[in-house]
Amino acid sequence: MVTRKEIDATSGTETTGHEWDGIKELNTPLPRWWLWVLYATIIWSVGYWVLYPAWPTLTGYTQGVLNQSQRDDVAKAVQALKSERAELGQKLAAASLEQIEANPDLLQFAREAGKSAFGDNCATCHGSGAQGFKGYPNLNDDVWLWGGKLEDIKRTIVVGVRSTHPETRLSAMPAFGRDKLLETAQINDLTEYVVSLSGAKADAQAVARVTTLYAEQCASCHGADGKGLREFGAPNLTDKEWLYGGTREEIKAQIVNARGGVMPTWGQRLDPITIDALAVYVHSLGGGE
Amino acid sequence: MFNHGLLERHSLLLVVCVLIVVSIGGIVEIAPLFYLESTIEKVQGMRPYTPLEIKGREIYIREGCYLCHSQMIRPLRDEVERYGHYSLAAESIYDHPFQWGSKRTGPDLARVGGKYSDEWHRAHLVDPRSVVPESVMPPYKFLEQTELRIDDIEDTLKSNRVVGVPYSEDMIKNAKADLIAQATPDADGLSAFQGRYKKAEARDFDGDPAKITEMDALIAYMQMLGTLVDFKTYQADAPENRR
Repeated sequence: MVTRKEIDATSGTETTGHEWDGIKELNTPLPRWWLWVLYATIIWSVGYWVLYPAWPTLTGYTQGVLNQSQRDDVAKAVQALKSERAELGQKLAAASLEQIEANPDLLQFAREAGKSAFGDNCATCHGSGAQGFKGYPNLNDDVWLWGGKLEDIKRTIVVGVRSTHPETRLSAMPAFGRDKLLETAQINDLTEYVVSLSGAKADAQAVARVTTLYAEQCASCHGADGKGLREFGAPNLTDKEWLYGGTREEIKAQIVNARGGVMPTWGQRLDPITIDALAVYVHSLGGGE
Repeated sequence: MFNHGLLERHSLLLVVCVLIVVSIGGIVEIAPLFYLESTIEKVQGMRPYTPLEIKGREIYIREGCYLCHSQMIRPLRDEVERYGHYSLAAESIYDHPFQWGSKRTGPDLARVGGKYSDEWHRAHLVDPRSVVPESVMPPYKFLEQTELRIDDIEDTLKSNRVVGVPYSEDMIKNAKADLIAQATPDADGLSAFQGRYKKAEARDFDGDPAKITEMDALIAYMQMLGTLVDFKTYQADAPENRR
């Protein structure tokens, strides 16, 4: 241990007494400003302990005189947002479609709120432009499985399709091939029939062979004319829009396996104003009735 | 004044003092979590994972999903708006280890249960860009081709019981049957299974009723994430639930 102080002649600073090859280490003190900042943070922490929740105790923790709570803060922030939206939101819930369209403020509010909720919740399946994917309907066009009126769209959002909601929109096409309800030859003929419905070239003999079968098996949901029935969410087979593809192979695959998509119920997850806004947004995308 | 030179020149004394300072931080921050009951909210609805779900959870960990997906909705307005109610400590009570994570390359998954259909999850895991064109997630097609290993399910439940998950003898004895019942439509043991695990959903998750794959397990796990706690009976503003 060094007891004698040694002062470096050049800098006038004390040395530590360590020496390597003639080079001596200076014992330069910490900058004064730095030390004061350190002491200030220690004093600051004492103030923090007093004001905010800080120290654990045997049964809980010190609450702090400000009584601050992160969870209260977020509840307040959400509440503030709700009341900000409440005025226009209530008007939106009460208004009819014509009234919404006639009121630019209301329409803009619904579109903006709807658009952000759509991005968070719906775009994952229906696409960020609501263009849909194979098996997930395009929401921009005029084709609606369960109805394209504002109330229909809202209902679909609330209850979902084949969802866990007790009043879900529900229909199930029989898997004619997988469950062996029809022969392969009959399914091939039916495929031709469906192809012919949308005006494409089809095998006329096959169409003639299954006209009765179509009437027995398919017409109750898809309609005698193939235009579909919205009560059952049964698609129109005469147009050029296909949920699972419109080639012969894809149509046949659908008759064999009868896929049906699931849309979750949003009634529990989203608040009523958001659902109203979403319905107006989807309705306004171009295909609303 | 305090002689710092004394500490710097005696290494053993320095080590002892460092240990004292560091352990104060550890004792204050960690130790109370072991005895304070108020750190975990009292909630209705939590139950241990079903055998199929816990298998899915193991796949989630094996594939490193937590590296890009968090399971922790923070109490901030933006997060609550996007993902739903902020996560509670009680919701991770049967997680060993928890999957809170700290990195969000993908979205938070704490409440993904019920948000999308099984078919969407399948399409997305097989080829993420088929449904989310801008996604950077790697494909996990092999999950639907890999049969789930179920011969060790009883041990999985037992080891979870060792660290505190309340699996009963009944649950462990029937683990294999319960796993099969949850992944098979109209299975015989369905009502017994649902008696043991409340609110457990049973169906063929991967679209292939013939076999139970890793895809079945992972989707079953994701479809229950964040769905157990009954928020109708949870009082966020009660004094014991303040944080």
